[in-house]
Amino acid sequence: MTAAAAATSPHAWLQAQARWNRTEIAFWLATLLPFWLFPDYLVLASQIAITALFALSLDLILGYAGIVSLGHAAFFGLGAYTAGLAAKYGWGEPLTGLMLGALAAGIVGYAASFIIARFRHLALIMITLGMGLLLAELANSLHWLTGGTDGLQGVKMWPIFNKFRFDLYGTTAYSYSLIVLFLCFLVARRIINSPFGLSLRGIRENPLRMPALGASSRAHLRKIYTISAVLAGIAGALLAQTTETVSLEVLGFQRSADVLVILILGGAGRLYGGLVGAIIFMVARDQFSGNTPQFWYFWIGALLIAVVMFLPNGILGGLAKLSSAWRSRA
Amino acid sequence: MSAALATRGLDKRFGSLVVARGIEFSLPLGARYALIGPNGAGKTTLINLMTGMLRPDAGEILLGDEPIAALPPERRVARGLVRTFQINTLFPHLTPLEAVTLAVCEREGVARTWWRRVSAYSGVVDEAHAILSSLMLGADCYRPTRELPYGRQRLLEIALALATRPKVLLLDEPAAGVPRDESAELFAAIANLSRDITVLFIEHDMNFVFRFASRIIVMVGGRILLEGTPEEVSADPRVREVYLGKSHRTGVHHG
Ligand SMILES: Nc1ncnc2c1ncn2[C@@H]1O[C@H](COP(=O)(O)OP(=O)(O)OP(=O)(O)O)[C@@H](O)[C@H]1O
Ligand SMILES: [Mg+2]
Repeated sequence: MTAAAAATSPHAWLQAQARWNRTEIAFWLATLLPFWLFPDYLVLASQIAITALFALSLDLILGYAGIVSLGHAAFFGLGAYTAGLAAKYGWGEPLTGLMLGALAAGIVGYAASFIIARFRHLALIMITLGMGLLLAELANSLHWLTGGTDGLQGVKMWPIFNKFRFDLYGTTAYSYSLIVLFLCFLVARRIINSPFGLSLRGIRENPLRMPALGASSRAHLRKIYTISAVLAGIAGALLAQTTETVSLEVLGFQRSADVLVILILGGAGRLYGGLVGAIIFMVARDQFSGNTPQFWYFWIGALLIAVVMFLPNGILGGLAKLSSAWRSRA
Repeated sequence: MSAALATRGLDKRFGSLVVARGIEFSLPLGARYALIGPNGAGKTTLINLMTGMLRPDAGEILLGDEPIAALPPERRVARGLVRTFQINTLFPHLTPLEAVTLAVCEREGVARTWWRRVSAYSGVVDEAHAILSSLMLGADCYRPTRELPYGRQRLLEIALALATRPKVLLLDEPAAGVPRDESAELFAAIANLSRDITVLFIEHDMNFVFRFASRIIVMVGGRILLEGTPEEVSADPRVREVYLGKSHRTGVHHG
């Protein structure tokens, strides 16, 4: 151990932290498998990719900066309604629609970040919860705009690049969602390995020390919260575009709670936690929920308790521990 | 003579408990001053007041010629007033290399960059590693901080502070909790600090205080009892009374 450490230079060590490893490459290759193995499930696969992106956006604030949010669906919903409304009122071009969704969520996220960055712990949970409820109720009451509980009807998407139509099987939807997820993941990964990402981890690890090092934690928190809102907005816009409808539940408390559960199950603070969590959660829901969704939450509840008790760093944290134990034995 | 750091009439109370009362002292440039006093005297509180972690009820703090009492903590650090903590205040899951790199990035103003890798800043990384090596942490700098022995963590406390390039360094019991036979390394690190840095340190080990400090400030019950050279302080009957009468820790052993 010491000999190996002495042999590395600090540059090589830091570079190694940011390098792509084989498991990561295998993971992304595996995301292509549904095209051949489960061609009937591409619609589900697309929803998983969207949920994974949403969970990734939450991971950036919760897993890296320690901001707990119970209202993250606010930004998902903003992105969804913005992209949906754009398409409904005549602008069905997907890529610009995605950017509009990102922009709307980003602007509101930036405004909210001035409040968010000043609070921690329970106060933060309550504020984010309040924000989520506020926006959901607003969308409900603006019936003329959002369609209220009937949902937003008449969303018509144009083909991507004027070429790829959104088909019934979800081939285009999954390709599109997967590519957007991957690009956003690259951005998130770069953020984590940057000086800014290092400072975020510093805030998570010890918020008291940061000002003593001359760091302005609040500026960092505002920035990551805005970035996270943008990514959540993109996820919401993707859902609106690939399903060509927007219902009130995009803003619902349930969605905020689900994404938190997904991230905790998968493991916060490791980028892939939200992705793995989304796959497990969505596939399991598809397989088990059937006609009795209440029953499904019974099992999710049990699983959540078990994971938090026995795998405090989520499923990925548990796997990482196993593999390092296995390696040190070999 | 110009002072590196000075206070004027600092007052602070927690409810009815007076923890600072009319605190006035000044540290000349490059000085090595010790701040001593029994437990609960208000030494840590004084550091909190000077670094902005607590707001004084009254009084002024001057860094060089500039009043800084209105500045938030991080701005004081940017101007060169830096502290360490009596109780480890580190980043448990970061390695020392990452933690010190973080501090250097913040100082250099590159901590806002999110589109380049940390490893692209090779000057920053070199500096971080040099600081760690100078404190004998070079071999341990790739292990998560929480896995390091306690004494090494105390050294990292100092490394983090040095990464900010302090002009005035306030060390709050740097050897607190370190067994006597292991504290030599820490005291050596403090003795080796650059003479460009003005140092005020709180310490209960009187051997080190008498060897290293040019002047000693004695604090009792939120007030400065006296300030003087080690000889003056050790000869003062009031100091003897405070330490022999009330101390629960190290008494005044010296000479
Ligand atoms: N935030 C606070 N609120 C209320 N009382 C406090 C607070 N911080 C410190 N005190 C009290 O103020 C007094 C001075 O505490 P301080 O930590 O400054 O002492 P100290 O001289 O550093 O002692 P030690 O040698 O034990 O570190 C103590 O009685 C302490 O209990
Ligand atoms: Mg103290």
